[in-house]
Amino acid sequence: MNGLQVVFLLAALVSLFSAAMVVSARRMMHAALWLVLTLMGVAVIFVTLQSSFFAVVQVLVYVGAIAILIIFSVMLTRRVMEDHGDQILPGWRAAGLVAGLLFAIIVGFLALWQGFTTMLVELPADADNLLDLGQALVSPQGYALPFELASVLLVAALIGAITIAVDRKEDQHG
Amino acid sequence: MVTAAQIWEWVIKSLIIILVLTGGFAYVTLYERKVLARIQARVGPNRAGPFGLLQPVADGIKLIFKEELTPAGADKLLFTLAPVITVIPALVVTAVIPWGESVTLFGKTYTLYLTDVNVAILYIMAVTSISVYGIALAGWSSNNKYATLGGLRATAQMISYELALGLSFVGPILLTGSMSMLEIVRAQQKLWFIFLQPAGFVLFLAASLAEVNRAPFDMPEAEQELTAGYHAEYSGMKFALFFMAEYIKMIAVSMIGATLFLGGYLSPLTMLSGLPVIGWLFASGPHWLFLKVALWLFFMIWVRATLPRIRYDRLMQLGWKIMFPLGLVNVIVTAAVIVLAGG
Repeated sequence: MNGLQVVFLLAALVSLFSAAMVVSARRMMHAALWLVLTLMGVAVIFVTLQSSFFAVVQVLVYVGAIAILIIFSVMLTRRVMEDHGDQILPGWRAAGLVAGLLFAIIVGFLALWQGFTTMLVELPADADNLLDLGQALVSPQGYALPFELASVLLVAALIGAITIAVDRKEDQHG
Repeated sequence: MVTAAQIWEWVIKSLIIILVLTGGFAYVTLYERKVLARIQARVGPNRAGPFGLLQPVADGIKLIFKEELTPAGADKLLFTLAPVITVIPALVVTAVIPWGESVTLFGKTYTLYLTDVNVAILYIMAVTSISVYGIALAGWSSNNKYATLGGLRATAQMISYELALGLSFVGPILLTGSMSMLEIVRAQQKLWFIFLQPAGFVLFLAASLAEVNRAPFDMPEAEQELTAGYHAEYSGMKFALFFMAEYIKMIAVSMIGATLFLGGYLSPLTMLSGLPVIGWLFASGPHWLFLKVALWLFFMIWVRATLPRIRYDRLMQLGWKIMFPLGLVNVIVTAAVIVLAGG
């Protein structure tokens, strides 16, 4: 076992443990912080795969933006959800079964893919995977269509957010 | 493969960076007090040591011996963790800033940068986005309404200004065609980006002041309305850590700004580097970066001494309605010019 594998194992264990803590922590703020740790663990796994871009974007988008918004909302709703009620869903057995089945199906499909069993190949030092990614995202042979679709979705979400948040004149009088 | 020698080199360089930043923090506090005093026609600290040079040491000793209080009803774990989470991003953000090209010591050549990653600017953005956590958590865990309000304000302000900050980074990236800090500095060999990106520079200046909560954007700690904001309940060394984070962030944004817009470690007077004896002063190197950082810090202190704090709703309007659109326009114009110029 080399150093990289140790780092991978540690990161994986930390993210799994903190993922479990996200759903079992009693205080909302603690759950949100465990979520941050999970996302950081995923970022570390990206680093072990020599994908510094994804690692940084993971931190930037998930830890820096999404999780902070969650914490922001928790700060505004202190003590509303805490300290009462049962934390275990009544139908947790069924939910667990479905989750397990889904996991098995996904792993099964992944196992069909030939890349599943190949060993990790270290990238040459001068490889610029960032440039490749950028070109793949905009080239018609690459991922231009999914990229554009995602953009349309995001624009729609933005417009939707504005529509919900905008002040309506008639509401102010009523 | 990574050799043991390389790892030692990284460790030693990281230690040097951290020592320079923490030492710099101590003396930036003195620098600020001296400059503020001069601007207000006072003398400033001059009792501890010659010219008050031992003042930071005295302050440090005082803070170590202060009693540390934890308010009743505070979330103990988060209350202790918050200062730590605030300091760490401030310390690690400058890891990607080059201090120079390389130096030969004892027959071996060492590069004057810790690492030259091709996502350096994204790294800086990611780390600055984490630094919100410490402040938000400090405010929340103190169980104090002033602290919570300060934390909320800080979070809102930093999230808003991160956009303008990020957009101001795009100009230098587009002009260089790379996100590596070393490449960005090398691209400024002929002309600093402040001349090609004046709008981006102004955006960065304003957004970085807001990002480190400095006057005139120091709403999160407005004394008159929030007592001290998110660190109202902190005392002793925990308070010192917040203080340290604030000043280290000042140094860090000055370093980032100097690297992105003022040519980093490049010297504007390289033609004089052929002179005997004093020639090395005019050659590019870390001393030029330090000079630029010192000037930038002076500017920040000057602004603090001059401008009043702006109102909170004005702050948000400035961020979202002026700086964000301005940043977008700057990006579009820069991109169009580069395409038209055949860049």
